[in-house]
Amino acid sequence: MTIRTIKVDQLARVEGEGALKVVARDGVVQSAELNIFEPPRFFEAFLRDRMFTEAPDLTARICGICPVAYQMSAVHAMENALGVAVDGPLRDLRRLIYCGEWIESHTLHVHMLHAPDFLGYEGAIEMARDHADIVRRALNLKKAGNSIIALLGGREIHPINVRVGGFYRTPRKRELQPLAEDLKRARDWALATVRWTAGFDFPDIERDYEFVALRGDGEYPFSQGRIASSRGLDISAEEYDDYFEETQVAHSTALHAHLKTRGAYLTGPLARYALNSASLSPLAREAAQEAGLGTICANPFRSIIIRAVEVLYACDEALRIIEDYEEPERPAIEIEPHAGTGYAATEAPRGMLYHRYRLNPDGKIADARIVPPTSQNQPSIEEDLKTFATAWLDLPDDALRHRCEQTIRNHDPCISCATHFLRFEIDRGD
Amino acid sequence: MARIRPKLALWKFASCDGCQLSLLDCEDELLAIAGEVEIAYFLEATRATDEGPYDLSLVEGSVTTPHDAERIKEIRKKSRLLMTIGACATSGGVQALRNFADVREYAAIVYARPDYIQTLATSTPIADHVKVDFELRGCPISTRQLVEVISAFLAGRKPQTPPHSVCVECKIAGNLCVMVGHGTPCLGPVTHAGCGAICPSYNRGCYGCYGPMETPNAPSLSASLRKLGMDDDALKRVYRTFNANADAFRKESERHDD
Repeated sequence: MTIRTIKVDQLARVEGEGALKVVARDGVVQSAELNIFEPPRFFEAFLRDRMFTEAPDLTARICGICPVAYQMSAVHAMENALGVAVDGPLRDLRRLIYCGEWIESHTLHVHMLHAPDFLGYEGAIEMARDHADIVRRALNLKKAGNSIIALLGGREIHPINVRVGGFYRTPRKRELQPLAEDLKRARDWALATVRWTAGFDFPDIERDYEFVALRGDGEYPFSQGRIASSRGLDISAEEYDDYFEETQVAHSTALHAHLKTRGAYLTGPLARYALNSASLSPLAREAAQEAGLGTICANPFRSIIIRAVEVLYACDEALRIIEDYEEPERPAIEIEPHAGTGYAATEAPRGMLYHRYRLNPDGKIADARIVPPTSQNQPSIEEDLKTFATAWLDLPDDALRHRCEQTIRNHDPCISCATHFLRFEIDRGD
Repeated sequence: MARIRPKLALWKFASCDGCQLSLLDCEDELLAIAGEVEIAYFLEATRATDEGPYDLSLVEGSVTTPHDAERIKEIRKKSRLLMTIGACATSGGVQALRNFADVREYAAIVYARPDYIQTLATSTPIADHVKVDFELRGCPISTRQLVEVISAFLAGRKPQTPPHSVCVECKIAGNLCVMVGHGTPCLGPVTHAGCGAICPSYNRGCYGCYGPMETPNAPSLSASLRKLGMDDDALKRVYRTFNANADAFRKESERHDD
């Protein structure tokens, strides 16, 4: 029997720290483990006894790459618990800041973390030696996204202006105008990025995923919509715990999420696109068609194109919001605390992010639960590896290792997110 | 002959990745920085790694596991200069909230099998473990200050990061004082400058994410905050966020802990 073990001790170009172990026996991959060893930080424990108003700032610190997603899931869950609906211009401003995060985070992933795999570089800085114009374009595009977050949020990482009920200060209409100028240029760069990524050389492989994402009511989803799947799931965030569960594995400090009845599923750009492509802006939809995406794309390597399409959409949507913006009368709805339980799922750049909070009568958090996208995608990432890697076993170790790393990076895993909530259990069988 | 550039390394401990992302967020300066230094170890950005030694190590995150307590010593040995970036590396970060609790109790809340968790009872700053040459504050750090620190390193001078309070930055920004003007509680008087007084500029009180200034008088501020309606529990919580383990904030929160 030939045993071949491929190990990557430190995964590069992912957010956080992880490793990978693939074991093959007689030319067939037996197991593939994405090993997450980020030290836990106990967010769900220290959130207890904090006021409901503190959750957006505290949970933002779970992830420096997608703090807006954490803030949005937190405020929506708290508002759900307290029976408040935020709409009108305040809702639009929340979509706008989320546009900023998608542009920033996706552009980082597309160019700096993912594209070097397709073009044969170790990273974006090495890539810049031969493709300076593209890296410069990427940095400008990323900056356009960050400018939205900085204006609406006060700063790019861990914004300070988001609160339960709305914002601390809402922008004047004229403050948003300079953003519109940047975003018109950004839209051109985003379109160029879709075309650039569509020209990469992709392996011709697909998997039969169950895609799970929010489905917006006629709009591409950020913070609102029902939780839907490509196999007929259609529930509200309140029902999440009835349909999803998490299990523990020995090789990872992050939980694995599953659908109770069907097992592994996939969240993120491929899933959002599969369930919502009809709601893209006309420009983004045309670009997707031109890139050959169809209405569903099940090749995870091509997720890079969908991220680029979503950046294009986010530029378009941000421009629409800025154009239509009317200054709200108040920056936030005042909220009186009472006991209750609140649920929310929003679309972080890398997938669905679920928060649940139970509040005491004084507004303090009695119990918190956070399920980040990477723990939801981890079982599917491992299945990708098991399914695809057998065909690559003829490759030399270095090439095989690189291909496996790329398979993980397809899903933009955020290991910092995934570890900070988890329950960990080892069945040693003794 | 090719110029020999100083080697830069970026290391991660328990953290959210936000401070190392700040380097990639220097969109206007990143390529210039990459031209002046050799990025020798920066896993979030590149697979290419260099065994060292390194001229400048930037360290993000706090020490929370026995393995990390050893790892930082190895990094120190390989680094000519070692600078910490951000509140986690400099004070222990938000995960240092465990320092005020029984970590076994915390683990039991979060984990089904807490006995299998490899974690220390405390989250501690890098300077508790090895010599640190410079500390950059903030949760997250400011990209402007990060560029300043790297520029100062390249020029062989001391970084200019004033240790005065956020109040000074508010005056420079021309902000109305949120405490005096509309009675909003604010940690600005005891908080280290560097952010540019963002929160008061957005009609919000400072929440201390840059940690204590050089010579803070927190008890005096607490007396003012109490007049604005904060009770002991609120005062305890306001100092216990992202720099809860920083000396001045820890002591002041403990004064209000029953």
